[in-house]
Amino acid sequence: MATKACDLPFRKETFRDDFTFRNSPETIKRAPFPFDKDSYMYAVNMELHKDGRAGTAFENPFDVDEHYVAEMQDRALVLNEDPLRCQSLPHMKLAGWDVLELLMTHKASSYPEWFSLTRDGNQWHWINRPMGIDQKFTFGDETTLPYEPLEYITRQAQGDFCVLDERDGNLWMDAGIVTTQADWSLDFDIGMNFFEWHAPVPLAHEKGIFTRALKYLLTIQQGNPARRLNWTMTVNPRLDTSPENYHVWGPENIQITPENVGEKLFLRIELQSFWRLPRSNAMLFPIRCYLLSMQDLSTVPKWATRMHRVLQTLPPEIASYKGLDGYRDIAIEWLSQFDNGAPTSSGSYPD
Amino acid sequence: MSQPDDSAILSRPRYGTLSPIEASFHLFCADDEGGQAIVELAQDVPANFFDSAEIIYVNSQPALNSKTLAALEQLNCPRMYTGPTIHAALPRLSTSISRMRMNSQIYISGSESMLGLATMTAMQANIDHQALQTEHRGSLARRVQCVHCKGITEQVTTQPASCEHCGLLLLVRDHYSRRAAAFQGVNINAEDPSEIPAKEEVFT
Repeated sequence: MATKACDLPFRKETFRDDFTFRNSPETIKRAPFPFDKDSYMYAVNMELHKDGRAGTAFENPFDVDEHYVAEMQDRALVLNEDPLRCQSLPHMKLAGWDVLELLMTHKASSYPEWFSLTRDGNQWHWINRPMGIDQKFTFGDETTLPYEPLEYITRQAQGDFCVLDERDGNLWMDAGIVTTQADWSLDFDIGMNFFEWHAPVPLAHEKGIFTRALKYLLTIQQGNPARRLNWTMTVNPRLDTSPENYHVWGPENIQITPENVGEKLFLRIELQSFWRLPRSNAMLFPIRCYLLSMQDLSTVPKWATRMHRVLQTLPPEIASYKGLDGYRDIAIEWLSQFDNGAPTSSGSYPD
Repeated sequence: MSQPDDSAILSRPRYGTLSPIEASFHLFCADDEGGQAIVELAQDVPANFFDSAEIIYVNSQPALNSKTLAALEQLNCPRMYTGPTIHAALPRLSTSISRMRMNSQIYISGSESMLGLATMTAMQANIDHQALQTEHRGSLARRVQCVHCKGITEQVTTQPASCEHCGLLLLVRDHYSRRAAAFQGVNINAEDPSEIPAKEEVFT
């Protein structure tokens, strides 16, 4: 089953230093635009993650696009600089094998021209053609892989991955690999429960968002993954906006001008999904990041209009929490050229 | 004496009031003014309660704690340790926890650092933090982990605060990690390092 994305070559590009990252027109149109109306407030915006629409980022359970190889190279750079970005508490080993199986089986069935998995009992053979990997290993024996299973497979999968243990009616952030994050630290948050790691988020606790979200998440069963979209904004197409390196990338936050906002300011979309794992009963929580420059958005008139209106009406606490204060007004002014005041069509897909 | 803010975020620990629980062994761990919480609990316990107990007391200000220390000694606990600093007492605490049997209870009272470090020590021995009794008395000075260099600065009383390892000026958040026994510090002037906000004494 070849998708549009499959026909594209993988781009050679960077997410740091010279920032050569670019989206092709096809990749812009398939992005999971996060606003289904002209304003934004926190909500428990969960839906089932299956039967995805063709030609969108939802088409396959674990989306692979033209940025795949370059993103994996950026992840390897981050892990070389700071191995604490990938951690597992000791009781999460089994969940790591669950994650490896889930990702390998889905990638092989969604993209057979790129990935293949052959299983003979516990003797597995994995081929990842875009990354030039051919690995035979024994499922369950981590001495047969170059990394522990969670790290091994997530070095080959776009997006961050958190693995949540379920106990005491709560979810605990007990393992993960986090190199493309919107300013949160796995090293600090590891071992926290659902309410604790979300503690710094303003307004949403008071609205009962996290209590309801947790209730929903705990009901997720194997084979019925769920998803939601989240968003923030980032200056330059930098994947690694970690708090660890905030003193490095922070100065870029005040470099946005009316002249460069179109190409330098990005809508950062998180496609979050939630997967119950079969052996460990843990929950896999992938957070896949999509970057669209304001210029990219302007090629889809409905999205540029809507982005303008969302930024105009965004509550100040949310804008500050997301770190938008340094450039929000400049972005609103630039986007106003795409907003003629007419109503937008419902839903988030392009017209 | 200031108390932790009730409106603080959900990762910030909340503390209670020590109260005796029926158990076959009681382990108390306190620093400075926290010793008084043990003395007060002792006023309403069954006879011989302290016969099967251990007290680990950090007396970092002997001149101020003489009454508390005398009152603790009068409890005639068969195991009573007194040490000069929290860090000096932690190996003792760790060993005592590892030798505890089933049906034991741990009580921790004192400064924010004492509560955090003793909780971390218990968790490292695989004890659920929710099974611990805690009561805050005394200093709100914070242990702060610099998110950038990962170094921990002890006894932070100001906002912002300087990281004693890498020197960055840190916003001390309420976001708290029990595993690190530390609040999170994030560079406050990353966007414009020439902006240097004045430090104010807030965690005392």
